[in-house]
Amino acid sequence: MSHPATISIINGHLIDPANQIDEAKDLHIAHGKILAIGHTPEGFNAEQTIDASGQIVCPGLIDLSARLREPGDEHKATIASETAAAAKGGITTLCCPPDTNPIIDTPAVAEMIQHKARQSGFCRVLPIGALTKGLQGEHLSEMAALQKAGCVALSNALTPISNTLVERRILEYAATFGITAFLRPEDPYLNNQGCAHEGPVAARLGLPGIPEAAETVAIARDLALAEQTGCHVHFCNLSGGTAVSKIRQSNLPVTADVAAYQLFLTEDNLVGFNSNCHVIPPLRSHNDKEALRQGVADSTISAICSSHQPHEPDAKKAPFPSTAPGISGLETLLPLTLKLVDEGLLNLSDAISRITCGPASILKLPLGQLSVGSSADLCLFDPQKHWQLTTDEMLSHGHNTPFLGYEFRGKVTHTLLEGRLTYSNTPSQINPEAQSI
Amino acid sequence: MISPNEPNIQLDPQGRLKHFLTIEGLSRGLLTEILDTAESFAGVSERTVKKVPLLRGKIITNLFFETSTRTRTTFELAAKRLSADVLSLNISASSASKGETLLDTLRNLEAMHCDMFVVRHADSGAAHFIAQHAAPHISVINAGDGRHAHPTQAMLDMFTIRRHKGDFSQLKMAIVGDIQHSRVARSQILALNTLGAKEVRIISPATLMPDHAETLGVKVFHKLEEGIQDVDVVIMLRLQRERMSGALLPSEHEYFQLYGLTDERLEAAKSDAIVMHPGPINRGVEMNSQVADGPRSVILQQVSYGIAVRMAVMAMAMQTQGQGSAQ
Repeated sequence: MSHPATISIINGHLIDPANQIDEAKDLHIAHGKILAIGHTPEGFNAEQTIDASGQIVCPGLIDLSARLREPGDEHKATIASETAAAAKGGITTLCCPPDTNPIIDTPAVAEMIQHKARQSGFCRVLPIGALTKGLQGEHLSEMAALQKAGCVALSNALTPISNTLVERRILEYAATFGITAFLRPEDPYLNNQGCAHEGPVAARLGLPGIPEAAETVAIARDLALAEQTGCHVHFCNLSGGTAVSKIRQSNLPVTADVAAYQLFLTEDNLVGFNSNCHVIPPLRSHNDKEALRQGVADSTISAICSSHQPHEPDAKKAPFPSTAPGISGLETLLPLTLKLVDEGLLNLSDAISRITCGPASILKLPLGQLSVGSSADLCLFDPQKHWQLTTDEMLSHGHNTPFLGYEFRGKVTHTLLEGRLTYSNTPSQINPEAQSI
Repeated sequence: MISPNEPNIQLDPQGRLKHFLTIEGLSRGLLTEILDTAESFAGVSERTVKKVPLLRGKIITNLFFETSTRTRTTFELAAKRLSADVLSLNISASSASKGETLLDTLRNLEAMHCDMFVVRHADSGAAHFIAQHAAPHISVINAGDGRHAHPTQAMLDMFTIRRHKGDFSQLKMAIVGDIQHSRVARSQILALNTLGAKEVRIISPATLMPDHAETLGVKVFHKLEEGIQDVDVVIMLRLQRERMSGALLPSEHEYFQLYGLTDERLEAAKSDAIVMHPGPINRGVEMNSQVADGPRSVILQQVSYGIAVRMAVMAMAMQTQGQGSAQ
């Protein structure tokens, strides 16, 4: 099936934080790239015209952390199912962490994931490779080979690197090749098999706690080693206020992201042992949530991610400590980010930057912008549309979200990846086409 | 943004006890009703025929995912005295080790037409989980879940205190030991505060204290002598041996030196203070034998009262079924 090579998106309101565009303008696409913004170029003939009246047209969203569960956990989700969910959420690029099975510590696995993602055609999938072999924290992975195979960054996923000397070597070696290290700051000992924030709620419910210091200690260590080695360190999935201030005060070229849900939920949501709120790092106090929001507002945290972790229903059907942590978040990344605008934390352009050019600049990729000549990755959404999140509504195979039943404002109407519609609220228009394989 | 206020799943629409999972959210009236009902059952054990026919034809299943002797036995006895049929399963040694999920184990037992589950599990929240997922006609009694709650233990302690002291409103209490890992302490604190105790103190080194302990509604002490000053009741908690290996304490020896109860130390408490312990006691660690076997100790009474209290809770919970509140 062929798709239109030329598209005009007319009557929409363009917001592109990277180029400081925030006005009503038309946008014209030819052969997968943005051809012109504003006036129609002479001789341009659009094969398809999308009327974006009343809608925001912004760069396609970039998600720094989304687990697709393939390979290894296809009973939870697949590359096809989750990239379709991403497209529905306005996401055109996502990074998948290396803790698949097999682990992304060889070029073959990295290539296989990209290949399958291209076959599905819904979303650009950029693998994050493993920093250490088997994520064991002992031997360096073949970093340069992984980089060459398309890994945009390397990480040790959820497994902390306990040996500080190994961490130093990892960061030095990564720095040699200009590789960004994604670190999730957690002290391997202080977490002590906890499953909830060590605070009043865990004390009352008798849930084993993870102190905020588990994150702070790791941040302090990682910052010292980032300075020592000169490696670009990116902190993933922050949870505590102290971590934000440590990063802010460090004056190092480190970057950070936060999961969207961390900006809305706190330890109080665990009352009643709600396993959909079981996440690692845990939901912390109200003050932590406010500090994270402040970090997003002042760009200490320059990216908001979904931290998407889909699970099969059984994974959440057990006593709280025995449930699998994680929230299915692809389809709530945009609405939660827009909620920050409604709540007065950010203006719309800044909010969009945290899910477009913010993450793009962490990845050092020319994405997340509406520049002439750049890839036509677009998200169109109706900022006034009220809707309710239901399991019927979700495309992700993981329905594990505490936001079910919640009413949001702002809904994606069209998603385009390289000039192809990967999602449309008018289903007949969807035409995700496999690229040449 | 998401309301943490859930309806109390322990109560049926009429406000009666359907499940007994935690003391949290239960009224003073309801706790008093449990104690009064237990009082009416206390005589049954002294009769020649130690049975009442209240739960005849009902099947009660003891689901113990963690080993226990005392609690399981007293639940078994309580159920038998109510004339129920009792099934005791030690799950840690069966299905769970074969990889069966908790929910599947539950469904299988439901298929055997059980009416009540008495559950002990190593995970906090396990009893809530089972109550949420069991068929609507089944009542769930928590016999201890992780560090969260052990409400029947707390109620038998309240029963013991009420028998000895009467009114709670004038009483000062001290709970000594490993509060952090103790489901018993959490439930006792809630019960004492609900029943209106004048003051609840907890005493332990910081390593055994829960984080944000003061938010539990207690006064925090680190010195035993200060903490038990003028109290009416001293509750000693069991110290698990594995706390030494977890770098929480240097040795049993030092623990006893600092927190072990002796007759001399007990002088600081009121002259008629009673000493309690949920058992089993580590003699020479939590207390010496003189205290354990001494005139102030009510430890063995706690065990026998446990049967009456468990009978009361089972009878009350089963009552919500008998009158057709279950769908």
